[in-house]
Amino acid sequence: MSIFSKLTEKPWLAQPEGQDPALHYLAEDIWPQRTALKFFLATVSVLFSLFIVTLLGRSQLPDFQVLAGEPWLPLSDRSGLWLSTSLLLGSSLAMQLAQWCAARQRLSAVLGALTAAVALILLFLFAQYRVWLQLADAGFGFTDTAASNYFYLLTALHAVHLLGGVIAVSPVFLQLAKARAATLEKTLTLCCAYWHYLLLLWLLLFWLLTSPAQTLNTLAALCGFGEANL
Amino acid sequence: MTISASYGTAHQHDEPGSFWTRYVWSQDHKVIAIQYSLTAIFVGLVALVLSALMRLQLGFPGQFSFIDSTHYLQFVTMHGMIMVVYLLTALLLGGFGNYLIPLMVGARDMVFPFLNMLSYWTYLLSVIVLLSSFFVTGGPTGAGWTLYPPQAILPGTPGSGPGILLMLISLAIFIVAFTMGGLNYVCTVLQARTRGMTLMRMPLTVWGIFVATILGLLAFPALLVSAVMMFLDKTVGTSFFMPVIVSLGEQLDYSGGSPILFQHLFWFFGHPEVYIVALPAFGIVSDILATHARKNIFGYRMMVWAIVAIGGLSFVVWAHHMYVSGMNPYFGFFFATTTLIIAVPTALKVYNWVLTLWQGNIHLTVPMLFAIGFIFTFVHGGLTGLFLGNVVVDLPLSDTYFVVGHFHMVMGVSPVLVLFAAIYHWFPKVTGKMLHDGLGKLHFWGTFIGTYLVFLPMHYLGFLGVPRRYYAIAGTDFIPESAQHLNSSITVAALVVAVMQLLFIANLIISLRRGKTASANPWQATTLEWQTPQTPPAHGNFGAQLPTVYRWAYDYSVPGARDDFIPQNLPDSAVVLDDAQAYAKAGQ
Repeated sequence: MSIFSKLTEKPWLAQPEGQDPALHYLAEDIWPQRTALKFFLATVSVLFSLFIVTLLGRSQLPDFQVLAGEPWLPLSDRSGLWLSTSLLLGSSLAMQLAQWCAARQRLSAVLGALTAAVALILLFLFAQYRVWLQLADAGFGFTDTAASNYFYLLTALHAVHLLGGVIAVSPVFLQLAKARAATLEKTLTLCCAYWHYLLLLWLLLFWLLTSPAQTLNTLAALCGFGEANL
Repeated sequence: MTISASYGTAHQHDEPGSFWTRYVWSQDHKVIAIQYSLTAIFVGLVALVLSALMRLQLGFPGQFSFIDSTHYLQFVTMHGMIMVVYLLTALLLGGFGNYLIPLMVGARDMVFPFLNMLSYWTYLLSVIVLLSSFFVTGGPTGAGWTLYPPQAILPGTPGSGPGILLMLISLAIFIVAFTMGGLNYVCTVLQARTRGMTLMRMPLTVWGIFVATILGLLAFPALLVSAVMMFLDKTVGTSFFMPVIVSLGEQLDYSGGSPILFQHLFWFFGHPEVYIVALPAFGIVSDILATHARKNIFGYRMMVWAIVAIGGLSFVVWAHHMYVSGMNPYFGFFFATTTLIIAVPTALKVYNWVLTLWQGNIHLTVPMLFAIGFIFTFVHGGLTGLFLGNVVVDLPLSDTYFVVGHFHMVMGVSPVLVLFAAIYHWFPKVTGKMLHDGLGKLHFWGTFIGTYLVFLPMHYLGFLGVPRRYYAIAGTDFIPESAQHLNSSITVAALVVAVMQLLFIANLIISLRRGKTASANPWQATTLEWQTPQTPPAHGNFGAQLPTVYRWAYDYSVPGARDDFIPQNLPDSAVVLDDAQAYAKAGQ
């Protein structure tokens, strides 16, 4: 039943005895963890959207200088970021593999894939840290420019969410140890969704943080930002 | 359509054995609700004392040497933030949301009880961090509850050192707590309803809390974003919100951020926050009016749709708080229009409340008095909101006492009256005791008349041009001396209102110890929380078998039925007919 049909029910009308449709629905869709994840991802999306909107607003102020687009800017060479992106992509694929193996009851393969997913996350974080160091060496430390303010902040927040994922996935190892295959597949389905979400989020951040001024100006104009509004 | 089959088995909710797991580290939603409520009421009393101190200064300037201008600004700030976030949000959602959602939808508990417990303890931590700012060097922040930069973090503003940092940290912790609780509330509503409890059979209280929680999950991130960025501006010297600025004759290191960005973020949270508080209040008042008027709520579907519409529209009106910020004037036109639009579903609700009362069998119980009082104060506050929502009227009235009068009527007094109505209404279920009726009525009339005496004259002060947040207004030519007499009378009324709240606390304590024992359903209400086998409900709420729901929540005074209410879990075959109906049925 669509949400529209639900909201247009007339609950005050008496239902004939024994024919109340509300009593005949099956509990086919009980999965509160999935519902919670949907709402949590909505909350995280709003969080990052607002950071991004402030970035676009801030980019229209006179002192803002982007980090890429010209040869002398530090993120014009994106090799470090591409490396970390490939690690995160690898982690996402490994998590997908773990879920696929769990669906087929291959528990030892699940353990391997899951370990790889977590290890690749940790490597991603290390690679991001290396990019931070390179940026700081190039004179773009956290507080040096408005754009680097955002770069460090957004990558750090993304890292915090990844670490949260690593903590959240740790009970899965416990389930593996107890060979609870039934709950494992469901749990890994949710982990997969979270992993893929954070990969997509990173790709968006990567694109925005390394965009030339023209791209940011266009996006800011679409959001209604101009100097007069700030 | 989902039902709570997987949450209906008793073994999942084994009763806690020890004192600690039963009352301290409890995962029972009812205990957590009481923990939330007591903490929120305590911190609310702190805010009440702060407001009394503020009023003493305003009513009798310079008479109290311990209230200097620094302390005054700190009292203003902490009063506002505590009341809006740590009292109203926490009590309505953490308190009533926790207690009522599982009971009203027919569940044994929240779907994530451990997360629920964690939510409360995180909330308590946020309160402790907030209150600890009273004891640090420089005291709590005095930047005003809106915490606008650049002044909030610059020297010269009270509490611009550790005080503002503790406020920002506390808010961040609160948001984490709210997110944990909020996920529980929405998931319980969507996934743990009992058999037969369709969305449109839910009481409006649950609808209000449900939509308000979604608003919170989507709006609180804006406050978190602004808190994080301001924290970094203050501590490590980033320039998210801080412009190039000279402070105390010295050029600071900030490089050109935008304070208006902060305002946009703050109000993107701040306006939905009004409805995070208002929507649960709307739902609760609807249920109380219907129960005590013995009449079905007028226009149930419209009420649900209005709650949803108000929730959606609340995200597109935020900048009506910013007409004087210097933003683009075209924005003002847009936000004034959306503000007028959101008044439509809000007015619809008010009409439906009045029409519910129309020709009802009104029982003027204490909860009903508070609910009717709410209609008055909410209409009053809502109408003055129409003035402030329009740019040309707002400009001269901005930052005057007219604004203070308006938002206290609509967002202070109104939800607080509903909170009292709710406490008087559900206290018998929570404790098994009735609150003292006479003390309750005295509490109502003292509070209702007292708050009018406090906030109605403030509108007039606003027209005179008396600015808000000023420590003293003496020597201002355009403000007549008579304004001070008015201010003094407001202070006396405010102190009377404060004393009335002590009377309420006394009533709670006395009734808890020596009150009349409440029956299982003293108001003869239809909703599931009143149909529990025990009062107060035991762990697991509904005994061995979860209830099945056969009807909506508003079958009051149904023609042909003997009783003037039919509980939601009563099938048609069990409804006792009145004599005429029974005779006619027997004759067929």
